[in-house]
Amino acid sequence: MIVSLEWLKDYVDVNVDPVTFCDRMIMSGSNLETLELVGQDIKKVVVGKIVEITKHPDADKLSVCQIEVGEESPIQIVTGAPNVFVGAYVPVCLDGSHIPGPLHGQPKVEGGVDLKASKLRGVLSNGMLASFSELGFSDKVIPVDQKDGIWILPEGLKVGEEVVSALGLEDAIIDFEITPNRPDCLSMIGMAREAAATFGESFRYPETVCKNEVEDVNDYVKVSVESENCKRYTARVVKDVKVAPSPWWLQKKLIHAGMRPINNIVDITNFVMLEYGQPLHAFDIESLAGHQIIVKEAKDGDTFVTLDGTERKLDSEMLMINDCEKAVAVAGVMGGLNSEITDSTSTIVVESANFFSNSVRMTSKRLTLRTEASGRYEKGIDPNLCQAAADRVCYLIELLGAGTVVKGTVDIYPKKETANRVHARVSRINHVLGISLDRETMVKYLTNLEMKVEGEGDDLYVTAPTVRQDMAIEEDVVEEVARIYGYDNLPVTIPKGNNEAGQSHDRDVKDLTRETLCGMGLNEIQTYSFVSPKGLDNIRIEEDSWERNFVKILNPLGDDTSVMRTVLTPQMLEVMARNFNRKLPAFAAFEIGNTFTANWLDEKGLPYESDNLSIGMYGKGVDFFTLKGVVAGLLSKLGIKDIVYVPETEYGVYHPGRCARIVATNVHTDFEGDEEIELGIMGEVHPEVTEKYDIDTKAYVCELFFENVIELSNTVKLYHQIPKHPAITRDIALLCDEEMTVREIEEAILGLKIDLIKDVKLFDIYRGAQVPENKKSMAFSITYRDDERTLTDDEVVKAHSAVLATLKDKLGLTLREM
Amino acid sequence: MQERLKNILEDAKKKLEEAVSVDETENIRVRFLGKKGELTEILKSMGSLTPEERKQLGQEANKTKQQIEELLQEKKEALKAIAQQAKFRMEKIDVTEPAKEIKVGTKHPVTITIEEIAKVFKSMGFTLTEGPEVETVFNNFDALNAGPYHPARDWTDTFYVNDEVLLRTQTSPVQVRTLKAQEPPIRVFAPGRCFRCDTPDATHSPMFHQVEGLVVDEGITMADLKGVLDSFAKQMFGEETKTKFRPHHFPFTEPSAEMDVSCFKCGGRGCRVCKGSGWIEILGCGMVHPNVLKVGGIDTEKYTGFAFGMGVERVAMLKYEIDDIRLLYENDMRFIEQFK
Repeated sequence: MIVSLEWLKDYVDVNVDPVTFCDRMIMSGSNLETLELVGQDIKKVVVGKIVEITKHPDADKLSVCQIEVGEESPIQIVTGAPNVFVGAYVPVCLDGSHIPGPLHGQPKVEGGVDLKASKLRGVLSNGMLASFSELGFSDKVIPVDQKDGIWILPEGLKVGEEVVSALGLEDAIIDFEITPNRPDCLSMIGMAREAAATFGESFRYPETVCKNEVEDVNDYVKVSVESENCKRYTARVVKDVKVAPSPWWLQKKLIHAGMRPINNIVDITNFVMLEYGQPLHAFDIESLAGHQIIVKEAKDGDTFVTLDGTERKLDSEMLMINDCEKAVAVAGVMGGLNSEITDSTSTIVVESANFFSNSVRMTSKRLTLRTEASGRYEKGIDPNLCQAAADRVCYLIELLGAGTVVKGTVDIYPKKETANRVHARVSRINHVLGISLDRETMVKYLTNLEMKVEGEGDDLYVTAPTVRQDMAIEEDVVEEVARIYGYDNLPVTIPKGNNEAGQSHDRDVKDLTRETLCGMGLNEIQTYSFVSPKGLDNIRIEEDSWERNFVKILNPLGDDTSVMRTVLTPQMLEVMARNFNRKLPAFAAFEIGNTFTANWLDEKGLPYESDNLSIGMYGKGVDFFTLKGVVAGLLSKLGIKDIVYVPETEYGVYHPGRCARIVATNVHTDFEGDEEIELGIMGEVHPEVTEKYDIDTKAYVCELFFENVIELSNTVKLYHQIPKHPAITRDIALLCDEEMTVREIEEAILGLKIDLIKDVKLFDIYRGAQVPENKKSMAFSITYRDDERTLTDDEVVKAHSAVLATLKDKLGLTLREM
Repeated sequence: MQERLKNILEDAKKKLEEAVSVDETENIRVRFLGKKGELTEILKSMGSLTPEERKQLGQEANKTKQQIEELLQEKKEALKAIAQQAKFRMEKIDVTEPAKEIKVGTKHPVTITIEEIAKVFKSMGFTLTEGPEVETVFNNFDALNAGPYHPARDWTDTFYVNDEVLLRTQTSPVQVRTLKAQEPPIRVFAPGRCFRCDTPDATHSPMFHQVEGLVVDEGITMADLKGVLDSFAKQMFGEETKTKFRPHHFPFTEPSAEMDVSCFKCGGRGCRVCKGSGWIEILGCGMVHPNVLKVGGIDTEKYTGFAFGMGVERVAMLKYEIDDIRLLYENDMRFIEQFK
């Protein structure tokens, strides 16, 4: 809401400087967007009157003007403006003057422009005549007839007076942010009411009563309302209208409010809209067939040409103003070209109506047509404003001598909006705010906001003006008292009682995971929760896989953010690709994020949300086992034991020979006994996938179902005694087929369940001389130990023989000479 | 004899002075003090002397032996030191050569910011809680007192899964979940992702993070709200930070406020970060609206509460002077690694 401080003073006495005014208004709830002080940077620019114009001897486009500026004799100024004439009042920038600029045809200069007397093509010019824009006005507010050439000032100004004082140009233009609960503040009156309460000043409504009204409005126009989306429709009529430019005082207010003056009738409706917040529209009565107004919804497929000349398609939910033959306006949005006021208009119907906010909002949205009026209706307007606003328009037309007002108002107002009477308690207000304010002060605050306060003792029965549609419950009264008291005056306390702070096991595990992975040199990434469904095609996920059980967004920004992710891997690959393409030689990162799968059981239910962890790596020296080291290190840090890596050849994302499912074994469950739980999958990314992402190197990716990891994570630590008795290790080398896995051998040995065997560890794989083609030699170190006593040789020999026997019997492996 | 002892000592001294290695000193020891050494020979030859003379000579010889041993020891140590010096010289390295890289990763700046915020609220007794990103329309709007025609409900503003399910536009539905699940006293905060239909540009992202907070108990006042959030601001942005509470509007709080903090870049004098105003808008807050408490079945006469919410990206961008929100979700490693 743009507020001209000078204009605001018509309704309330403000006796502070603009900065203080803004500071106090901010603290009572009108937040400041911008404050601009205008008129201060115009210096030594005076009102002049042209008394003589001659042609410049050497330049066709220049004229030499003699201008009275209140000195003994006229001064000479050379101008290129085509619109000068003898007798015109003009702004004269004297020698040594300062204006904001920009000068005609030149770019804007920060800090403005200083002007001096100079010769133009050999003829002395003692200054310059200024245009609107040279005096700092934005193009969008300059009156149409003043757009070209210099500013022709209103007649009768005092020659020689500074234009700033003669025209009242000094003002503070303040843009306030208005919250959606306070549409009443989108008006000068609303802001004046706020200012009055903030400064404890009284507040004056503008004059609305005409001096002279003739005939009867009902003889001029009939109105019928056929839709509930029109809450009220009032119409007044003015005849013998004389369309003309508005006087300067009216133009100035509109200009300072950011609006362009058009003509007296349009300017008055705009002025009153800014004053009351009530949009108004004027029809030429001759364009209303049957002099009738019918408010009803359009029919599907109807078309209508709005004032801006655009033909618009209508539908049956759009409220229209019609005469008895055709539509003449889109209600609350824009008038029609067919009923526009023209210079020949003599009788007008002034519409001051109230349309349901949501109806206007939907119409405006569907027509993609937002106007000052629609914006106001959308936010909600008090229907009780219609009459006063219509009266004010008539009053101003009469005041300007722009027409004769017809007596009476046609007013269709089926359901009168009445004010709420809200019960509040002094004690409760103090209780919620943590203060002890007396009743009288509270009553004063509320009364200054034009509220009526009744009741006694602890009880306050508060009736707000109906423009305050937000006043409904006790808490609303609490807020009114609080903001006028001043939030900054409330005490600062710490809540009583103490709470144990904490967080869930989930969060603990996530925090620990982040710390651990960062400690291993991985960076954390974060990517969008919504993705393109094509990501799964890129990573070769089959058509009917669970991963495609998407939660779909009905109104996505685009295809690439149209479904909620079911896995994190595609985004990890995207990020890897982006970094690879930016020539980063190495990459190691992880993401912890929610994944979503649709709820098939309950279509309207929430989807299944669960956390996943993805890890991605590429770079020199990085291979499957680098990634495996990260995964194993993390799981060990999280206290998850007995992890096995089961070869997986079928999952499309990965190289079929370099992929493993990560499985936790020996998981104790209450019902099923010990179980295996899959924690995720990892491997070298399939070459077709890396190719798809333009990653021209081997890439390694892992995706863990983090919910399972969280479930199994156990960071409770228990001390185990450090072994007291020495261990004996035996190394064996086994000649194996290439197909034989480390895990098969480990399982065979550990499967014996011999207590003395404490560890089985691969320490070498050898292929080459002395080992036949397609074979490999795998060397293991087996650790034997008894926790209770020192082992004897016999015991070790016995256990070791059992190991060798089982390797031979089960796997057909024999020792290779080392 | 004494003359001989003296000569031996002198001789040993001289030899030791000339010695340049530990091996040579060992040879000297053998030559003088060994089983067949010169001094030993003297001692052996004492048989022909009187007990008196033997005693005296014995003492002298032992003294000489001791002296030679000391000299030997000194020399050995000196030589050892020299040898070590030489070794050190050989082994000298250029300590300005680059380090062998041991990489330490870094958390995402959004995570870091959430953790910083979380640390402060945990220290004030708040429990971290979370809610789903895909929410019911009820929890996101109706339960939070947003009317049926609230503009934020529009399809142009909010992502929908169906007419009852949406991507939450704020973390405030966690308030609703908490109020339904828990009896007062309540003191929780909830970080999480939110979504709105904003086309990405330098200052907008269709996905962003918020941290929500909720306190409900008997006798909670707006002064408590100010106390907690003022304390948060000081812990988060520095002890010197001042706060300013301005009236504002949110459907789910009444009275409502926005909190500005004195600019933590310029201390309030005015700079680029605070756009010259000296203040930075940091969060929205207010006393929990009774309609919200009622959804949780909470007695609004007995209990009052306050709630607040802040944008994580906004805090991170201000703090780190990041000028484009899209950088946060591009995940260029050279960007992420700046937050070590």
